[in-house]
Amino acid sequence: MRRVMIALLAGLLFGAGLVHSGMSDPARVRAFLDLLGGAWDPTLTFVMGGAIVPMAIAWRIRRRLDAPFADTSFTLPATTGITPSLIGGSVLFGIGWGIAGLCPGPAIADLAIAPVPAAIFVTAMLGGMILHRLLPALPAKQPPLETSHV
Amino acid sequence: MNWAGAMPLAGLTGGLLIGLAGAIMLLGLGRIAGVSGLVARATGIAPGGTPWPIASAFIIGLPVGAWLIALVAGSVTTRFPPSMTVLVLGGLIVGFGTRMGSGCTSGHGVCGLSRLSPRSIAATASFMVAGFATVALMRVLGVSW
Repeated sequence: MRRVMIALLAGLLFGAGLVHSGMSDPARVRAFLDLLGGAWDPTLTFVMGGAIVPMAIAWRIRRRLDAPFADTSFTLPATTGITPSLIGGSVLFGIGWGIAGLCPGPAIADLAIAPVPAAIFVTAMLGGMILHRLLPALPAKQPPLETSHV
Repeated sequence: MNWAGAMPLAGLTGGLLIGLAGAIMLLGLGRIAGVSGLVARATGIAPGGTPWPIASAFIIGLPVGAWLIALVAGSVTTRFPPSMTVLVLGGLIVGFGTRMGSGCTSGHGVCGLSRLSPRSIAATASFMVAGFATVALMRVLGVSW
């Protein structure tokens, strides 16, 4: 229960941060990606900069910990192994991101702000995820996990 | 450049909240705050990974946090694509691509870049370049919105 509450708190802060930073507005995100439009919006660079600072500190703290505060081990993806599916999938994601101005976090947060268009996007997104899982040639590859037990 | 419409301060403070959320997931639960992976787990699309209650709690938190901040702010601007085709096509490609590439802006972008993970640096560079190129191409083709 404690771990569920921690995850809920993290989700709340994440969703609040997305809206506060303007990243829940697809047109603003698209204005960042729009280099030819003459009205480039730099906000996303500030959001990334602001988000990376506490995360970089957290990674440094993590090095001194044997286990996270509320669980028995760290379960983290591998950092190496640049595969064709990593690059191909990321390129596809970037194409979809450019088309709609939405990535998964803002799309789900927007279910509370603009329920109808957000629900359409999220439904299609889940459809894309299911499609990926169903395709036998492209199994839902989880990156190998690096687990450190106490 | 559109500095008049930009939100540098709100961007920075909102970004700090996002980073704090990621730090809580990492140091509290030992996990990456990657939305595409957690959403796939919460919906059962991904068979394994983060325990279902944790993934679901995080995903439910996103719209609740958004709703709370909108309540405080009074009004929030969200300009969605006006076309159903754009929404559905974008959603399908984002869903497929994030599963194939094992992450999105949060997991690879925020969590991976700050970890200096070579995989995430490569992924982030790929989706950023693809995003810039897609929007530019849509502008050239006259299908921008």
